[in-house]
Amino acid sequence: MFRALRGHPLTYLTLVAVAFFSAFPVYWSVIVASHDNAALAEVPPPLLPGGNFFANVQRVFDTAPFALALLNSFVVAGTITVSVMFFSTLAGFAFAKLRFRGRNALLLMTVVTMMVPTQLGIIPLYMLMIKLEWTGTMYAVIVPALVNAFGVFFMTQYLSRALPTELLEAGRIDGCSTARLFWHVVLPAARPAAAVLGMLTFMTAWNDYFWPLVVLTPDNPTVQVALSQLASGYVRDFTLGLTGTAVATLPLVLIFVLLGKQIIGGIMQGAVKG
Amino acid sequence: MATPPGGSVRTVTPSPGGPPAASHTPAPPKTAAGRRSRLHRLDRQASPYAYVAPFFLLFAAFGIFPLIYTAWVSLHDWNLLSSDNPFIGLDNYTALFADGYFWNAAFNTLSIGVLSAVPQLLLALVLAHLLNRPLRAQTLFRITLLLPNVTSVVAVVVIFSQLFGRDFGLINMVLDWLGFGRINWQAGVASSHVAIAVMIMWRWAGYNALIYLAAMQAVPKEIYEAATLDGASSFKQLWGITLPMIRPTVIFTVIVTTIGSMQIIAEPLLFGAQVSNGAAATGGTDRQFQTLALYLYEKGFRSFEFGYASAAAWMMFLLVVVVVGFNYLVVRRMRGGLDV
Repeated sequence: MFRALRGHPLTYLTLVAVAFFSAFPVYWSVIVASHDNAALAEVPPPLLPGGNFFANVQRVFDTAPFALALLNSFVVAGTITVSVMFFSTLAGFAFAKLRFRGRNALLLMTVVTMMVPTQLGIIPLYMLMIKLEWTGTMYAVIVPALVNAFGVFFMTQYLSRALPTELLEAGRIDGCSTARLFWHVVLPAARPAAAVLGMLTFMTAWNDYFWPLVVLTPDNPTVQVALSQLASGYVRDFTLGLTGTAVATLPLVLIFVLLGKQIIGGIMQGAVKG
Repeated sequence: MATPPGGSVRTVTPSPGGPPAASHTPAPPKTAAGRRSRLHRLDRQASPYAYVAPFFLLFAAFGIFPLIYTAWVSLHDWNLLSSDNPFIGLDNYTALFADGYFWNAAFNTLSIGVLSAVPQLLLALVLAHLLNRPLRAQTLFRITLLLPNVTSVVAVVVIFSQLFGRDFGLINMVLDWLGFGRINWQAGVASSHVAIAVMIMWRWAGYNALIYLAAMQAVPKEIYEAATLDGASSFKQLWGITLPMIRPTVIFTVIVTTIGSMQIIAEPLLFGAQVSNGAAATGGTDRQFQTLALYLYEKGFRSFEFGYASAAAWMMFLLVVVVVGFNYLVVRRMRGGLDV
């Protein structure tokens, strides 16, 4: 009893310290974003928010096509999210509950593809986009991401555990076609996992940087690309860069803080059998 | 219950307006039922393939095809700026082997990889161990730990470049105040590698901690109770019980982290763009933090030498396979030393 109690303060101290270091950089970007550049040179530096935030935000929108970038990112991440949720549930249903030749081989292939570094094929992928005349458009960012191995695997795992086979058999006896089963039985049952997958997908798509950087043009960027341009200007304007960072990051942090519990549950669930 | 209106038994009942002859012959319902069962069989056999098809089609077009086509491109003098792309065999590879910048990038990749991955996974293990006991504010700690992972890589590098700044950076201010003097983080090989490794660690340690935690929660509590009765310390329990029990997860995270480390690109690219304009793709003025992926980017998307960059991509792939294989063997061997 005494031992257990004695162990605790150190545990809490460590965790609080780690939590502080986890949160501080994001907090710091908001601090810098709410001051002017001169405040950064002060010793000690400001640790509380100043009153310059909205003036800085105004500057961000004047300097880069940030409004367009935000709109683009919402369209891209939204489309990808809906599509990944639908197609992953569809394929996950087939892998988890339907019997067909080659099922195990195909499922193994899905898992293996999660290990393949797609970055390595980026040059031919770019050449393909030139052929399709998609460079500079959102198609180039959206279409390759419409479904992915992780989503299929995640939904397969969830449905094989959470969807009772008896329910499907009952549907079959009632004469349901596979499509009807999917629509009326599988989709409702998949909702909790699909929601988590959707949140994870939205975050990944929103935060994606490298491929959009390669395939998009500076005048029609996603928010991460616009942000990188903003932060690498010739004048070293830290407040401008960090205000952009705050604008691009805060919506997601807000979603995360509100739904964090479910997202964490999803990550841990997806990881166990990985 | 939910009978489809199409092929139901009700067709047998003669309808007032229908020809009376039809109601006497049993044939039409049979054919309808036969068609239905054929459709049903077709549905059962074909649907699964139709359901997994979107994934495999998309993956073939945008995942596998580019990967294989990379090999073909790497055998050519393929430049986006010229219309003629002659076949040159393995010339790109021989040139690559003689290319000092390539080996420099390979060294930087391994260095940043080790500096970021080893402390990151150890920290994650300890954090998961701390979280794997009854605690107050469990959810709050988990959410805060995962916050860095939700932050985009661009945001991370922008923020940390400011923190690591030479003149106005918070880290240098603290170092100066402690009497260590200021470090020009971007200038040196070691210092820039440490700075980039810190960004990667900051972003991924919490994520890996959650994955370890998920695995730890499956370990039976009785084992810990028995160990506590035997007087085993918390640390000893972590190394003696937890680690061997969650070995598959450890192997999984080591492989995923290794693959990730071999592909580091956004951090050095943005770090370079933050400190010196023009030195972005080269990873610093002296290529001091140019990784392999960044070298590939420089060759492919700055000078548009697609053939040469594709050869670099394949060399990178081989290196990933070798390093992942090596790490896998090391982690698997660890078992012997950890068994109690």
